[in-house]
Amino acid sequence: MNARTLHNQKGLILEDVSIQLEGRTLLELDATIEPGTVLTVMGESGSGKSSLLDFIAGFLKPDFKATGRIILDGTDVTTVPAQERHIGCMFQSPLLFPHMSVAQNLMFAIPTEIKRRTARQSLAAEALEAVNLEGFGSKDPAKLSGGQQTRVALMRTLLARPKALLLDEPFSSLDQSRRADVRQKVFSIARERALPVLLVTHDFEDAEVAGGPVYRLESPATEPQ
Amino acid sequence: MKRLLIAAAALISGIFTLQPVSAQDSDWQDVLDEAKGQTVYFHAWGGEPRINAYIQWAAREVENLYDVRVVHVKVSDTASVVSQVLAEKSVGKTSGGGVDLVWINGENFAAMKTSGLLAEPGWAQSLPNWTYVDTENKPTVLVDFTVQTDGQESPWGMAKLVFMYDTARLDIPPASLDALLAYAKSNPGRFSYPQPPNFYGTTFLKQTLLNTIADKAVLSDPVVPNEFEVQTAPLFNFLDELHPHLWRQGQAFPKNAAHMRQLLADSEIDIAFSFNPGDASGAIVNGELPPTVRTFVFDGGTVGNTHFVAIPFNSSAQEGAKVFANHFLSPMAQMRKQDPEIWGDPTVLNVADLPANEKALFDTQDLGPATLTPEELGSTLPEPHPSWVTALEQAWATRYGAGSQ
Amino acid sequence: MAKFRPSSNLPSLIVVFLLAGPVLAGLAGTVLPAFGYLPVLGARELTLAPFAELFSMPGLLQSTALSFWTGLVASLVSLAIVLCFAAAWSGTQTFQRVSRFLSPLLSVPHAAAAIGLAFLIAPSGFLARLLSPWATGWARPPDLLLINDPYGVAMTLGLVAKEVPFLFLMTLAALNRPEIKSHTKVATSLGYGRMSGFFKVILPQIYPLIRLPMLAVIAYSTSVVDVAVILGPTTPAPLAARLVVWMNDPDLSLRLAASAGALLQLGISAGAILVYLLFEASVTKLSSTRLARGHRMKSDGAGRMAVLATMVFIVSAMCLSLLVLMIWSLAKSWWYPAPLPQNWSLSVLSMALMQTPQIFGTTILLGILAALISTSLTLWLLETKTNAGEQVDHRLRTLIFVPLLLPQIAFLFGLKMLFLMIGLDGSFTAVLLAHLVFVLPYAFLALSDPWQRLDPRYARVAATMGASRARIFFKVQLPMLTRPVLVTLAVALAVSVGQYLPTLIIGAGRVVTVTTESVALASGGNRQITAVYAFLQLLIPFAGFAVAAAIPAVLFKNRTAMRLDA
Repeated sequence: MNARTLHNQKGLILEDVSIQLEGRTLLELDATIEPGTVLTVMGESGSGKSSLLDFIAGFLKPDFKATGRIILDGTDVTTVPAQERHIGCMFQSPLLFPHMSVAQNLMFAIPTEIKRRTARQSLAAEALEAVNLEGFGSKDPAKLSGGQQTRVALMRTLLARPKALLLDEPFSSLDQSRRADVRQKVFSIARERALPVLLVTHDFEDAEVAGGPVYRLESPATEPQ
Repeated sequence: MKRLLIAAAALISGIFTLQPVSAQDSDWQDVLDEAKGQTVYFHAWGGEPRINAYIQWAAREVENLYDVRVVHVKVSDTASVVSQVLAEKSVGKTSGGGVDLVWINGENFAAMKTSGLLAEPGWAQSLPNWTYVDTENKPTVLVDFTVQTDGQESPWGMAKLVFMYDTARLDIPPASLDALLAYAKSNPGRFSYPQPPNFYGTTFLKQTLLNTIADKAVLSDPVVPNEFEVQTAPLFNFLDELHPHLWRQGQAFPKNAAHMRQLLADSEIDIAFSFNPGDASGAIVNGELPPTVRTFVFDGGTVGNTHFVAIPFNSSAQEGAKVFANHFLSPMAQMRKQDPEIWGDPTVLNVADLPANEKALFDTQDLGPATLTPEELGSTLPEPHPSWVTALEQAWATRYGAGSQ
Repeated sequence: MAKFRPSSNLPSLIVVFLLAGPVLAGLAGTVLPAFGYLPVLGARELTLAPFAELFSMPGLLQSTALSFWTGLVASLVSLAIVLCFAAAWSGTQTFQRVSRFLSPLLSVPHAAAAIGLAFLIAPSGFLARLLSPWATGWARPPDLLLINDPYGVAMTLGLVAKEVPFLFLMTLAALNRPEIKSHTKVATSLGYGRMSGFFKVILPQIYPLIRLPMLAVIAYSTSVVDVAVILGPTTPAPLAARLVVWMNDPDLSLRLAASAGALLQLGISAGAILVYLLFEASVTKLSSTRLARGHRMKSDGAGRMAVLATMVFIVSAMCLSLLVLMIWSLAKSWWYPAPLPQNWSLSVLSMALMQTPQIFGTTILLGILAALISTSLTLWLLETKTNAGEQVDHRLRTLIFVPLLLPQIAFLFGLKMLFLMIGLDGSFTAVLLAHLVFVLPYAFLALSDPWQRLDPRYARVAATMGASRARIFFKVQLPMLTRPVLVTLAVALAVSVGQYLPTLIIGAGRVVTVTTESVALASGGNRQITAVYAFLQLLIPFAGFAVAAAIPAVLFKNRTAMRLDA
C-alpha cells in the first residue's frame, strides 16, 4: 500500500516491519489495525513478540535492527521519540509507581495542558469510577489486588489520551475469574474510544475475545539465514 | 675663621652621629605604616590550647595597638608549613604567599634556609625590641642548632630538656645518664623515649650523645661519615644496654611528648621529659598530671635551644609579621609567656638588663610548683650540627626501627 | 581519550573535566619526583635514585608486608563476619536490632574509633581499670605490648571494627530486593540450613554488588595512615605511615624517595586487590562444584550463635569505645587505676562549643556541597548513560576510582601544584574540588547498583504516557531511589567531613574544618580535648545518617512497596 494515499487514514499501520537480531530475522509483519479493532500477535517465547512492541512503542534495544514504518493516524512515527508517539502500553505487571498513591499514579498520566489541580483530580476520580474503584484514590497501590492494579493501570494508560494501545500480555498475571472481567473492560473501552489495539499474548482465549485478526509468529529459526 | 670651621665640623659630625638613631626610628615607623590594615597568617603548632590562647591574646594586642590582624593557623606539624612554602616556590609564587609567619626552629629552619624559603637576612635585628634579647648568655638566639640565624628568624622562647617524675612513686630521681640506666635495670619497663625521628626522641639521642661521646667538639661541625660509627659507638652501646629494660622492651615507643606525659600520669612509666621547663606545672594546672609531679635535670647539664618565628620569602604581609614578631619580644609579652598559668615558656630576654619597671614584672613571677628556677636548671649543652640529627635518626632506624633485633 | 558524543555526554565531560585535571596532576606530582624530577629542590634529571634510596630504607620489606597483610586480612575478616552474619540472621528481628546499632557506627571517624579502641584495650586502659587492682592485682599497668604490637594485630582489629559497618551497609542495600526473600524460601523448602542456603543461593546473586565496595575497602585498609599510627606497629611501621614521616622530614630531598614509596604503596594496594580477585575466582570455582553436591548443613545453630557473638562483640567494643570517649570529653583528670575520672570538668566542652560555630559552618557547607554535587553528578551520569543504552565508560570508571588507590599525601602534592598554578590554592573552592575528587568514588559506589537495579519498565511506561525525560527522572526514577540517594548523600557527607590531608594541604591552613582542628589539637595529647573534638567530628555524619534513615520512614509511611525489607 502506498503511504501517501493513507495520509488521512486513522488507525495503526505497520508497513513492512522487519526486526532482526544478530543477522537473523525475528519477524516480519505488514498489517493495518483499524480504530477500535484488535490485532492479536501470538507466538512462542523468543519469537520476538516483545521486540515488536518495543519497536512500535519506541524502545527497541540497540542490539536489534528494524526496518519498515509505523504510521499512526496518518503520521509516520517511526523515528519519533517514544514520549511523543502517544502510544499507550500495558505490560505484564501493572507497574503502578510504588511511591505514589493510586490517584497520583492516574494524575501523572494526564497531559500537562490540563493545569488546574481540581480538573486533574476530578479526571482521576472519574477514571476510578469507570472501573468500579471509586474512593480508591488515596490508597497505597501495593495494597490493591492484582486485578485492581491492572484496572488502575488501564485507566492510567487511557488518561494519557493515547492514539493506540499496545498490550503485552497484560492479563497473564490475573486469575481466571478476574481475567475475563478485566479483559472485557479493556476491549470495550478501546472500542468506545476507537483506539487501534495490538495485543501480544499466548492465551487463545484472549485472541478469541479480541475478535480481530490473529498473526502467528513463526518459531524462532535455529539456523542463521 | 678657624673657630668657625671647627664649630661647623663639630656640628656636622654631631648631625652624623644623631642620624642613625632617627633613621632607624623612621624605618620602623615605615614598617608600622605599611603594616596597618595587613592580615598576618601565623602558622604555629596548635596542639596546646594554652599556647593558642596566648597567641590570641598577642593577636588582640597587636590589633588594638597597630591595626594588624593576626590569624593563628593551627598546625599539627611544622613540616606541612615547609611543604606549603616549598610548593609555592616551585610554581614561582614569589609574592602573596599563604604563610606570613611561622613558629620554627632546628632542622625545619635549616631546611627552609638552605632552600631559599626565608625572607631576607637581618630583619630580626631590625626589630626595636631586639635590644632586650639576651645575646650574651643565650647564644642559641643567634645560632639555631649550630646554624647561623643571620637574622632570618626572631627568637621567641627558650627550650631546655627537663625530666619529669612523680614524687609519689619515686623519691630520688636519677640525675645522670648512668644513674638512669641503673634505674631502668632495676625497674624494667618504667622508662622510654619517643621513637626518632620524633623531635623529642631525637633530643634524647642528642643528650645521650653529648654525655657519651669522647670529644664534644666534633659536634659543632658536620658529620664526617667515616668517623661517625666510631664516634657514636659508646652511644649505641649504651642504648643496646638500655633497650631491653625499656617500656615494652623497646618493641614499641611512645609516639610523642604528649604520649609520654599520659604514660607518666597512668603510671605506665616513671620518668618522662619535655623541652619546656614549665610544661609539668602547666600540665598540673590542666589536670593532666598529678600535683605530685616534679622536674629534674642531669648533673652535667642538658640540651637546650631557642625556638623562633620566621618570615617566608614570599610573605604577603612582611611588615605586619615583623610587627607581630616585635611584639613577641616585648617584656610584657615575654613575661606573660613565662607565667606558668598562661604558658610557662622561658624568656629570651636579658632580664637583668631590663629597665626597672619591666624587670620588676619578671622578679615577682611565680614559676609554678614543678618548675626549676633558672639556677636549678643547670647549664645548657649546645645543640649539635643538624647533620648529626639526620645521621643519628638513620642509624637508630637501622638498628632498632627495622624490626626486633 | 575516546571521542565522546557531545549530545549524550555532557555529564561525562563534566566529570572528566573535574577529575582529569586533579587526577593527572596528582599522578604527575607523585610519578615525577619518584623518578627524580623536582626542580624546586634542584633535582632535574630523571633517575632511579629515589627508588634506590627507598629500597635502602631499613625495614622496608617488613613495612611493605605489614601494609599488605594487615589490609588484606582486615578486609577479608570484615567481609567474612558481615556475610556470615547476614547468612545466619538476615530477615530476623535480631538482624534488625543489630543493624540499628551498626549504621550509626559508620559516622565515627576512623581516627576517633582507633583512639577509643586504644584506650579501651591498653594495659592502662578502661578494661584494665575496671578489673584492677581488685581482680588482677595490678597496682601499676603491666608492661604488655597490646597496642602497636609488631604483627599489627591491634591495627587489624581496629580496621575490622570500622570496615564491618561499611560492608554491612553495602550488603544490606544489596539484600533489599524482593526476589531475595522468595529465593530464601525456596532454599529452605528444599531443606537447606539457613547459612547454607544463603551462601549457595543468595550470595552468588548479591556478591556482584558487594564487590566494588570490597575493593575500595582493600584499597583503603592497605594504605590507611591514622589507624596505623594509633594502633599499628612502629618498629617498623606500615609503609603508609612511614610515607607521611618521610614526606614531612626536614631533609627535603627525602620527598623524592617518599614519592617512590607512594608508587610502591600503589603497588601494594593493587597487589592486594589482585590477590583478592584471584581468591574470589578460586572460591567461585570451588563452590560451583560444591553447589551440585547438595550438602544441606541443616544444623548450623552453633555457627549462628558464634557469628552473633562475634558481631555483638564488635558492636559492643565500638560502643564501649564511644562511651569511653564520651567520658573523656568530660574528664579533667583520669588516671590509672580509676575506672571513672578523678576530676570532672565541662570547661573544655563549653569552650570547644563556643569556638566552633564557624568551623562547624565550614565543615557542614563543604560536606553538603560535596555530597550534593557528587550525588547529582553521579545520577546525571547514570541517567544519561542508561538513556543512551550504554554502560558507564570503563575509562571513566577508572578515572573516578584512581584517587582511592594512590596515597593521599603523595597525590595531594601534585594537586596542590595545580591549584597554585591556577591561583586557587588556599580557597574554599579548591578544597571543595579536592574533596570532590575523593568523595565521587564513594557516591558512585553507593549509587550505581541501586540505579542499575531500578526496573527500566517504569521509565518506559512513563514515556508512553508522554512524560519528558526530565519528568521521568524527577517524578519517577529519583523518588523510587529515595533511600539509596539519601544513603549516598550521607556517605558522601561522612567522607567529606573525614577528609584531613586534602583540607589541610589544599586549604593551606586557611580552610579550617572540625577534622583539621581536631588533628591539630590532638597533637597536644590532651585526651579530653581529643575526645571532645572526636565527638564534634562525628556529629555531622551522624546527623546525616539519621536524616537518611528518618526521611524515607516519614515519606513512605503509606507506601508498602517502598519500605526496606530487611
